[in-house]
Amino acid sequence: MRNSQNSAADDSDPIIRVRGLVKKFGDHVVHDGVDLDVRRGEIIGIVGGSGTGKSVLLHQIVGLLKPNAGQIEVFGKSVRDTSEEEYRAIRRRWGVMFQDGALFSSLTVRQNVEVPMREQLDMPDDLRETLAGIKVRMVGLPDNAQGKYPSDLSGGMRKRAGFARAISLDPEIVFLDEPTAGLDPIGAAAFDTLIGRLQAALGLTVFMVTHDLDSLHAICDRIAVLAEKKVLAVGTMAEMLEIDHPWVREYFHGPRARAALKTTDNDEVR
Amino acid sequence: MTQGGNDTQTDPPRIAVDEGRVVLSGDLLIDGVAALSCDVDTAQGVDIKQVGRMDTAGAWFVLDLAGRIGGQGGTVPITGASDVQQLLLDTVSANMPGGDVPQAKRQSIADVIEGVGQSVHGSWRLVIEVTGFLGQVMAALATLVIHPRRLRLTSLVHHMQEVGLKAVPIVTLMAFLIGVVLAFQGSVQLRQFGAEVFVVDLIAIAVLRELGILLTAIIIAGRSGSAFTAAIGSMKMREEVDAMRTLGLDPVQILVVPRVLALIITLPILGLIADVSGLVGGAMMSWIELGVSPSVFQSRLVANINLWQFSVGIIKAPFFALIIGVIGCYEGLKVGGNAESLGRLTSTSVVVSIFLVIVADAMFSIFFALVGV
Repeated sequence: MRNSQNSAADDSDPIIRVRGLVKKFGDHVVHDGVDLDVRRGEIIGIVGGSGTGKSVLLHQIVGLLKPNAGQIEVFGKSVRDTSEEEYRAIRRRWGVMFQDGALFSSLTVRQNVEVPMREQLDMPDDLRETLAGIKVRMVGLPDNAQGKYPSDLSGGMRKRAGFARAISLDPEIVFLDEPTAGLDPIGAAAFDTLIGRLQAALGLTVFMVTHDLDSLHAICDRIAVLAEKKVLAVGTMAEMLEIDHPWVREYFHGPRARAALKTTDNDEVR
Repeated sequence: MTQGGNDTQTDPPRIAVDEGRVVLSGDLLIDGVAALSCDVDTAQGVDIKQVGRMDTAGAWFVLDLAGRIGGQGGTVPITGASDVQQLLLDTVSANMPGGDVPQAKRQSIADVIEGVGQSVHGSWRLVIEVTGFLGQVMAALATLVIHPRRLRLTSLVHHMQEVGLKAVPIVTLMAFLIGVVLAFQGSVQLRQFGAEVFVVDLIAIAVLRELGILLTAIIIAGRSGSAFTAAIGSMKMREEVDAMRTLGLDPVQILVVPRVLALIITLPILGLIADVSGLVGGAMMSWIELGVSPSVFQSRLVANINLWQFSVGIIKAPFFALIIGVIGCYEGLKVGGNAESLGRLTSTSVVVSIFLVIVADAMFSIFFALVGV
């Protein structure tokens, strides 16, 4: 497992702080008292079965969904009751990558990456194009992809382009919703490496909803398990393996988990 | 870059020259870099020891600067970077643009002419393709005659409710108002000749032969033709149409036929409703404005207007229905992968089908004039 040079060992100054979060859709309770701290500079992976509200949690933190009760603080400021002005300033400091990239289909890849710069900053066209070009290359897309439209790209390329747009303004936090879902193993591993490398270079905090055990092993500093409507456990992979809860045991000790664990161990030996 | 606490205060970037070296200080961030200019032409190196925070844009600026001030000798060394900054510099320098990024071309006269040519060619292709599609729909309809069990009855009824029943209020209201307007305008003109009573003929002929069905068709094209395109188009976008094909289901049979058939069945009925409502509106206005009582209106209507005036209008309805349905579904199936094409084709569908309905109406007029009804 990779050691993050930035992650403080304590929770004294979390970059994201969630307390007592409650979310209901009609009668259906998704979250009932979720507490979570995300430390500055770490890569945290959120896992949980289908329908446990991983994406719902992400959407609430970035303000797309309104929680029924509870506190969400990002950069020490409450997301729920800030002025429009403050919310705008906070939004500039994070980037979100949606499951299928959620690129604007009428814009080319480079124009998509330029959108945040165009909206948030006043800068000359050529500088913006150059910087967008760098971002597109940083996520490993070929130059000829810059002028293409999202519908002409493969799923993996769309994810990369979505990531490029998320890091367009060099945010402090990136939220990734299933970054490696639907990618082939090689593509998924490359994406993991990419996230790890950019996290180190840009000093990002990465909040990642994922099902990919390989990602969890390879790049996540800590893992948070969502189950029974709350965060059941938070900790490193080693700590997860110790936890005695049926779902957690099944998840981290199943055949696929063992295989993933084996490969990363071999990597470390090498 | 921004590990240093959560303050958003930035230290503006500064640039200085010291012993032939460019010294940068302050925060090199994306919003400061654009304003930063460097009038140094040559130097031996770039020192970034005093730089606070640096992001990708800052790193690009440093690398760009180092490349520029080196002159002939190439890039000058960059010194004083911390480990994290060096990592960022390496990442950015590995991804500097290659310089041959395709730029958007400016339009020339030749492009405009080419555009005209392409749209003419495009409309010709549209004609051919729509004709081909019409053939497919006709073939599918013909199969139904041989195999009536292939008809999706549930789907047909659903669409009849959507395009027919739910359109009744708007069609009724529209036709009623048209009748009112005709009676009012007609009476003003006809009164000058003392021929007020001919307003009945005017209303009856205008509504029954032309306006009732034509305006109904235009409303349905806007209301249902666009809905067909949008519904089929979004299914196409989500690959549902492809999924149908792989399951051995024919999209024309499943998506197009029930919609077109529903229109063909309901448009004549809507036309009939429009006719009645138009006459009622006209009769009411004649009564108020000219004192032509409903019974006089009725007897004059029966005496002077034969069944053909009504039939001429209603005969056109199934043809208009076919045009609206086929164009709406055809444009829907043409939708590609992006949301913009859905919007564009939906509007094309409405414009083209209204245009074709009016063209068809003109051709019917000529035809009926030639055969003398």
